[in-house]
Amino acid sequence: MTGVSAAVPAGLAKTARRRDHLLRLAVPAIMLGLTLLAWEVYVRVNAVPPYILPAPSLIARTLVKDWGTLYPALLVTLRITFSALILALIGGTLLAVLLVQSRWVELALYPYAVILQVTPIVAIAPLILVYVSSTQVAIMICAFLVAFFPILSNMVQGLKSVDHNLLNLYDLYGATRWQQLRLLKLPAALPYFMTGLKIGGGLSLIAAVVAEFAAGSAGAGSGLAFRLLEAQYRLNIPRLFAALVLLSATGVAIFALTSILAWLALRRWHESALAREN
Amino acid sequence: MRRALTPETPDDATPDDATPDAAAPAMAGPVAGASSSRCVVSLRDVTKRFSNGTLALSRMTMDIRKGEFVSLLGPSGCGKSTALRIIAGLGSPSQGTVDWPASRIERDGRPDADVGFVFQEPTLMPWKPVFDNAYLPLRLKGGSKGEVRDRVMAALETVGLKDFAKAYPRELSGGMRMRVSIARALVTDPKLLLMDEPFGALDEITRQKLNDDVLRLWNEKDLTVVFVTHSVFEAAYLSSRIAVMGARPGRVVSDMVLPRPEGRERDEAFRLSETYGDLCRTVSQALAGAMHAPPAGEGA
Repeated sequence: MTGVSAAVPAGLAKTARRRDHLLRLAVPAIMLGLTLLAWEVYVRVNAVPPYILPAPSLIARTLVKDWGTLYPALLVTLRITFSALILALIGGTLLAVLLVQSRWVELALYPYAVILQVTPIVAIAPLILVYVSSTQVAIMICAFLVAFFPILSNMVQGLKSVDHNLLNLYDLYGATRWQQLRLLKLPAALPYFMTGLKIGGGLSLIAAVVAEFAAGSAGAGSGLAFRLLEAQYRLNIPRLFAALVLLSATGVAIFALTSILAWLALRRWHESALAREN
Repeated sequence: MRRALTPETPDDATPDDATPDAAAPAMAGPVAGASSSRCVVSLRDVTKRFSNGTLALSRMTMDIRKGEFVSLLGPSGCGKSTALRIIAGLGSPSQGTVDWPASRIERDGRPDADVGFVFQEPTLMPWKPVFDNAYLPLRLKGGSKGEVRDRVMAALETVGLKDFAKAYPRELSGGMRMRVSIARALVTDPKLLLMDEPFGALDEITRQKLNDDVLRLWNEKDLTVVFVTHSVFEAAYLSSRIAVMGARPGRVVSDMVLPRPEGRERDEAFRLSETYGDLCRTVSQALAGAMHAPPAGEGA
């Protein structure tokens, strides 16, 4: 290895990068495998009964066996989560744009946004259930309220953080308010929007589950939260774990999706998406 | 210097007094015609008091004539950037007038100022490639991308960045970003180019290179430039005229037209010449005088 120190050939650099990618996938995968293996061994060696702690293999088999029950529930939870998230994105962005247009509007409206945020969602849920006839819609409103605030506050922050000189520049060339918003403020707020999206995405799933607990919905057309409770009542712990696995997977998928979206939107220009070597 | 400002305070609180067209036509005539080849912008008794009470600029009177390279030179707090921003129309004077004798008056009663502005920072939109950044002024004025592509590319070519049109600002060096900023200011062919300590954040070598570029553009395009700086050397190298300003309150202390025979090159040879050394000394003394000059109103 004496010859390569001066200038690393391109091919070698590529190989090194590929090895790095491989490691970044392999290390967590091996770690996960080892954890599951340890769990499996522990359960088998100590003969832990499945209603206390089911083995990973049993959870996997339950997931397949109960797919007919769990899958529709997963779809319901997903639908609630994503419609709440999309509404929160639209509502949060629109309200943020409105708030930064005028100081008076901000003074008048911001307290309501804060009150909605700080009041525990579980406490509002019964009230919403009284006003809204459909349980699914009520849960969706709860999830919306939770996801809404981080998007709103991030967007307000972003819209206010525009470079002062750039605002001057737009004034100098006689930009209209609409041009200023569309060409300057919204793009400048994009990194903040993406932060709001990442937080809101995770929160809307959590809220969709918590609100369903609070709503106590039951029967067909219910989400994963109901299946969790149901499994608990019946002491069907393997199915409870299977439902948990589905929820975790959904959360991870949402996180991955929002991270990829943020990276795609910002990779050309924003510090947060740049790979640096030094 | 007159004694105090208070007796002069106009009562523009009364609405009858401030008829909208009272000021504009008064200055539209040959008021500034004293010694001028055409006057581009004319400041009359311009005073700026900020809302916190600071008197940033006190009774500045100055005519900028076509083809001049005027440096506003002074210590920080002397109101040089404030003056530049008032000329640009970013913030209006508390008292006094800014007139554009040669400009048409727009429908809203304001003159069509038609300036290019280069900030201390490059002030680019990081989410837009170089081309779109330079295209911005024309876009805001309603030019479609296809129509003005050649103009934008020409502006980028004058600063040597034609090949970087598709690059993003973060991919460029500090000096190149500043060049984009200059191209953006020039893309509208403005009557007046305003530069607010544009190269203060750059290293000395890049700074000299950009100084030469600005001079070349000034010569080639027959620009009129107002250049804010706190560097004696920069002002002496670039200017055809230097307004030395003093602080507290910000005001012009001396206004010196530099001898500048036609065709004399500003280059490395000039930078090392005795003429330049003498020039720097003169300007430096004027600046030292300005820093110690008693503020207006404290004399008698």
